[in-house]
Amino acid sequence: MKGRFGAYGGQYVPETLMSALEELDGAWREAWHDPGFQLELKAQLHAFVGRPTPLYAAERLTEHFGGAVIHLKREDLCHTGAHKLNNALGQALLARRMGKRRIIAETGAGQHGVATAAVCARFGLDCTVYMGSEDMRRQELNVRRMRLLGAEIREVTAGSATLKEAISEAIRDWVTNVGETHYIIGSVVGPHPYPEMVRDLQRVIGDEARDQYLIAEGRLPDVVVACVGGGSNAIGMFTAFIEDRKVRLVGVEAGGSGPGRGRNAASLVGGRPGVLHGSFSYLLQDPDGQVETTESVSAGLDYPGVGPEHSLLRDIGRAEYVAVTDAEAVAAFKLCSRLEGIMPALEPAHALHHAGRLAGRLGPDGRVLVCLSGRGDKDMESVDGFQEPAEIEVGRRV
Amino acid sequence: MSSTRATSRLEERLRANGDLKLIPYVMAGYPDAAASIELGRAYARAGAAAVEVGIPFSDPLADGPAVQRAGEVALRNGMTVAGALEVAGRVADQGVPVVLMTYVNPVLAHDPRRLAAEAAEAGVAGVIIPDLPAEEAEPVTGWLRSAGLDTIFLVAPTSPDSRLMSIAERSSGFVYCVTLTGVTGARAELDPGLDRLLERVRRSTPLPIAAGFGISRPEHLARLRGKVDAAIVASALLNRLHEGGDPVALVEELLAGCR
Repeated sequence: MKGRFGAYGGQYVPETLMSALEELDGAWREAWHDPGFQLELKAQLHAFVGRPTPLYAAERLTEHFGGAVIHLKREDLCHTGAHKLNNALGQALLARRMGKRRIIAETGAGQHGVATAAVCARFGLDCTVYMGSEDMRRQELNVRRMRLLGAEIREVTAGSATLKEAISEAIRDWVTNVGETHYIIGSVVGPHPYPEMVRDLQRVIGDEARDQYLIAEGRLPDVVVACVGGGSNAIGMFTAFIEDRKVRLVGVEAGGSGPGRGRNAASLVGGRPGVLHGSFSYLLQDPDGQVETTESVSAGLDYPGVGPEHSLLRDIGRAEYVAVTDAEAVAAFKLCSRLEGIMPALEPAHALHHAGRLAGRLGPDGRVLVCLSGRGDKDMESVDGFQEPAEIEVGRRV
Repeated sequence: MSSTRATSRLEERLRANGDLKLIPYVMAGYPDAAASIELGRAYARAGAAAVEVGIPFSDPLADGPAVQRAGEVALRNGMTVAGALEVAGRVADQGVPVVLMTYVNPVLAHDPRRLAAEAAEAGVAGVIIPDLPAEEAEPVTGWLRSAGLDTIFLVAPTSPDSRLMSIAERSSGFVYCVTLTGVTGARAELDPGLDRLLERVRRSTPLPIAAGFGISRPEHLARLRGKVDAAIVASALLNRLHEGGDPVALVEELLAGCR
């Protein structure tokens, strides 16, 4: 079926958007197969984003965990500070090609908003970003960056005032202004063709990392680890390794303050399939189909849904998904800063914590590749304000 | 398909005597369960041809502020799918066809087969699911239809003629014509391009057409008379309630605009 990953995905949106999605699907397919578009995308990925990003041997983290060798794919070195720009750039080029001059986006941590604001500045497009008031508070630096880049920020106060509500409001804007507007969704979520299109634009992460890893290590890693909110950096990383059956793929979700309703954002670990924001996928919902509120120290992972392709990868067992708590992620944030001189964003700090667990289990012959999806400057306040419940040893379960 | 279809109760009611009909909306559980039942029944007594009963959903993508706010209140009040079916049943007891309006996730969570059976048992006539476009309709609409419920699909100003035809073919009871490009909510004026859209929809289906989104004033109804079979009014009534006014009086004013 069109736009499906097994049973997942689809286009559960108001009729008003259906012809726009069809137009987008057609325009995307045409652009993706056009050598001219690919050439321009590649040139901009290099000159504007700074690709390829390096593969980095995390020697002191490896030594600290005393097990498998850990490498980091340095998406934190992308311009604007995260992998989000890979997608925003590609979609902005597409919007320009489609003649859409107005761009809307949602943002949680602010990284996708900043990336979108930057490409809109770069290409002279009008930019409006929807952001929950709770996220505006905890990611205040990114709000200022977006404004400086010329974007208009629209505060969303409904519900828990985080990423879910920001996406809902962006979709409502799109329903209203669909003719002249392109919606740059920031993750592999939403109705078809978004999950496919965002994956295609993010797969550059894994494609580069796989080549770099083979050159550096002469072999493939045993495990590839990435954090999963909507799941775009994880899909971007996993796609290159899907056919490498011996490479384990692990997605790390936000475990928040622990298991239990409303306390985390781990939809693949604790949810069941349902429809949110246009696609059928794992979802944190109550028995009556109402979407649950979520909790995570990391605004970028604080989302009750997940990209539909992850749901398929989970069901067929090609990828496994685990949860890491707020306290564990904050501890990993500090550890990586101190040992490697790299301040990771709180989102990939979840992945780093789990990489520590895996390193111990795999032993010194093991190889772990982690997607360091963004940098952590934006999270300084959240980390400083975080009340640590107890001593956390990174890599161990509390 | 259309040549062999049976005429439903809803369809008959919307066609009767050729007048413009009114379909007011209540959100089950807003301002509370008992009040929503009373409102639905009062709308029926006032002369509504059918009543739309909303089942609240946490993330209503097609709705503007009025319906969003009503849904939030209803959920805070503990409204559930089962509770909303009870509200619908009590309104239907008044002898008016009731149409459920909800989103696809509560339907899936409740189990579409079970929801269809329970809705039919409660006396519901049809179901509208605005985030279930024609492409994704099955298996949900199959269950609804086999329980004898009408499946009402929406068409929008952005739907090309080719889509209008396929949407109309899947619909029964009536076709819901969204009058504007946007979300629900009272508007001061109807869309200037509405007449052309209504002509396009009329050419695509023999079913009655109900216009909805943005309709809030008697003069809007005067403009729709003779062009559609019914008008759906939701946000204007919810706003009236929110402001502490009498929505039944507004229904009476709107009904005067239908004649």
